[in-house]
Amino acid sequence: MTIKAFTNARLIDPASGRDEAGTLIVEDGRISALGHGITVPKQATVIDCKGHILAPGLVDMRSFSIDEKAAAAGGITSVILMPDQSPPLDDAAMIAQKVRTGSDGSLVRVHPMGAATQGTEGEAMAEIGLMTKAGAVGFTDGRKTIASARIMRRILDYARNLDRLVVQHAEEPTLAANGAMNESEIATRLGLSGIPTAAEAIMIERDARLVALTGARLHHAQISCIEGIDAMAGAKKRGLPMTCGVSPQYFILNETSVGDYRTFAKLSPPLRSEADRHAVVEAIRTGVIDVICSAHEPRDQDAKRLPFADAAPGSVGYETLLALSLTLYHAYDIPLMQVLAMLTVKPSELLGLECGRLEVGRPADLVIFDLDQPWRIDPEEFSSETQNTPFDGHAVQGRVLRTVLAGRTVYEDKDQ
Amino acid sequence: MTNESVPEREPYLRAMIDPPGGNPFPQRHLLGIEGLPPEQIQYLLDVAEGYAAAQRSRQFRPKLRGLTQINLFFEASTRTLMSFEIAGKRLGMDTVSFSVDTSSIKKGETLLDTAQTLNAMRPDVLVVRHGRSGAVSLLAQKMNCAVINAGDGQHEHPTQALLDALTIRRRKGRIHGLTIAICGDILHSRVARSNIHLLSAMGARVRVVAPPTLLPYECMRLGAEVFTNMEDGLKGCDVVMMLRLQKERMQGAFLPSEREFFHFYGLTEDKLKPAKPDVLVMHPGPMNRGVEIATSVADNLQHSAIEEQVEMGVAVRMGCLDVLTRHLHDQTEADQ
Repeated sequence: MTIKAFTNARLIDPASGRDEAGTLIVEDGRISALGHGITVPKQATVIDCKGHILAPGLVDMRSFSIDEKAAAAGGITSVILMPDQSPPLDDAAMIAQKVRTGSDGSLVRVHPMGAATQGTEGEAMAEIGLMTKAGAVGFTDGRKTIASARIMRRILDYARNLDRLVVQHAEEPTLAANGAMNESEIATRLGLSGIPTAAEAIMIERDARLVALTGARLHHAQISCIEGIDAMAGAKKRGLPMTCGVSPQYFILNETSVGDYRTFAKLSPPLRSEADRHAVVEAIRTGVIDVICSAHEPRDQDAKRLPFADAAPGSVGYETLLALSLTLYHAYDIPLMQVLAMLTVKPSELLGLECGRLEVGRPADLVIFDLDQPWRIDPEEFSSETQNTPFDGHAVQGRVLRTVLAGRTVYEDKDQ
Repeated sequence: MTNESVPEREPYLRAMIDPPGGNPFPQRHLLGIEGLPPEQIQYLLDVAEGYAAAQRSRQFRPKLRGLTQINLFFEASTRTLMSFEIAGKRLGMDTVSFSVDTSSIKKGETLLDTAQTLNAMRPDVLVVRHGRSGAVSLLAQKMNCAVINAGDGQHEHPTQALLDALTIRRRKGRIHGLTIAICGDILHSRVARSNIHLLSAMGARVRVVAPPTLLPYECMRLGAEVFTNMEDGLKGCDVVMMLRLQKERMQGAFLPSEREFFHFYGLTEDKLKPAKPDVLVMHPGPMNRGVEIATSVADNLQHSAIEEQVEMGVAVRMGCLDVLTRHLHDQTEADQ
């Protein structure tokens, strides 16, 4: 039996609201005791947290690549893998193959989501029941929108029956067709086709009607604009079981990052206006947005060093997720507990996962981080597969010091 | 009708003093009009004006002998490509033209690989046309020579705007204070964008006239007044610029039909009536007669400047080649 003691820590558990100085004991990969004045067992290996925060490991609800080294370096202990891999995860065997439980020597737990439609092509429902049995935590077409209302209705019906979450990429595809960035003055000046914010709102509003019809739980992966937030707030007000997420790009950057055709700032949904960015911050504050995800999507040079319209969207996000999210606390006075909840317990609750809490009996998936340490994002230091981030040179505060997966240290910041 | 003498400087530019001993056009490339200060535009037009006169008197000096110009066209073009070739040859340059079908681009070589390959051949000027907005500036990042944008996607086509401006200046004596309407497919037009930037920088009042589906989002923010009706849009205009309607746009449901477009937005003698009596009609070519312009207007010698535009095209390109190659070698030395 291995026992580890994390001493001298500031224990923060967003699920229970715990924020106290204390010790956390791990036995056989699970939390066995925590709190103030806990005695450290004699045989325990002691890890001194030096007063830094010890919180549940992050649960990243939207990832396009396992990239486990980068996830561990980002303090992420559970990633939800999107099904639009090559080939798409649309059957039970492929789901089973992607599941990582953390006890198999991997650096991160992997919970795949299954394709909602066969081949994520939006035409016929995939084998949702069988994939659920194989470990799929939810169903989505990933980067693609489930466009047909008829198919969406059936998927929702089916998923409700299995109590699985359906995740939608909210973008009306015919309105967004050929779009490369936000529809705006900048797009006009650059001669790029725009994606109007209405494309997002239309899809959320349509889906809200289908949720009302079926009673299934639906999550919109990324909300980027005022119209989308309004649509989501309206649906929540009506009591519909709808939730949504956002990645840090949308509360830190705006469309001006595209600048002179910077393809690293080409994202889906596109970066929006400054007013939209402010609205996203406020939607986080007021709870309209439920979770923060990384939308980690490594893209190599061949996919990015192209004319803007031809370049692939997406950016890496694991290693910057925590520090960028802490901007909400440092710069916008959103309570730390709330920010951490959006990265841990909220996604784990939506998906019915065991992790994401500091509680006796739960898996010891932990992150230790320095809340205040300033640093500058340098893609050269990333351990991710590629370095496509729009945050090159961005100054942030808060750094991951150690990541623990089922009691095992999977990452340690060597500079500390 | 043509004013052969070099016109005076635009009134509000008269006060500007040329940089003493400095470089009147310090740009390394010509990638777009947006952001060019008016005195630099003025300078390019002045140089081109000189070449226009030389062209009429057929006095060419092979000033750029020994320099190499590569024309790299990823999109089909006849007049722009010819115009650049002739301009280069009249200046004594060795010009090589390179078009998509015969190159390895179709074989999957990326744009940047192509750029590196061409750069290794050490050209002095690279003229590029590409179907994607921003592709030319991406390519320019990898080149040690001067790069001229001959049209990138829906972004810019700077030499077209310069030749339009030169034509207007020769026919009207000035650009400042004129009311100029640009009509037709503004949304997909790089010519329209470059012209809006150039003409408003030079002090003209620019209007755009188009059906709502062919107007770019927040077009007024570029500095143009927006009209969706030809009669209002053309009222009191000194110059009317028609744009080519790309027929492939028809499938995108931007317009109900060519017939309807011609009815509301095709330039006819009738629609030209609200404009000034000495209105100048321009078209970047190639024209779709009976779609955006009626034959009677296109061929009206009193109003139409369409042929002169083509003539000025060569002069402007000679001017650009001349200006951009002047400091080429100081720069390469500085780079090394």
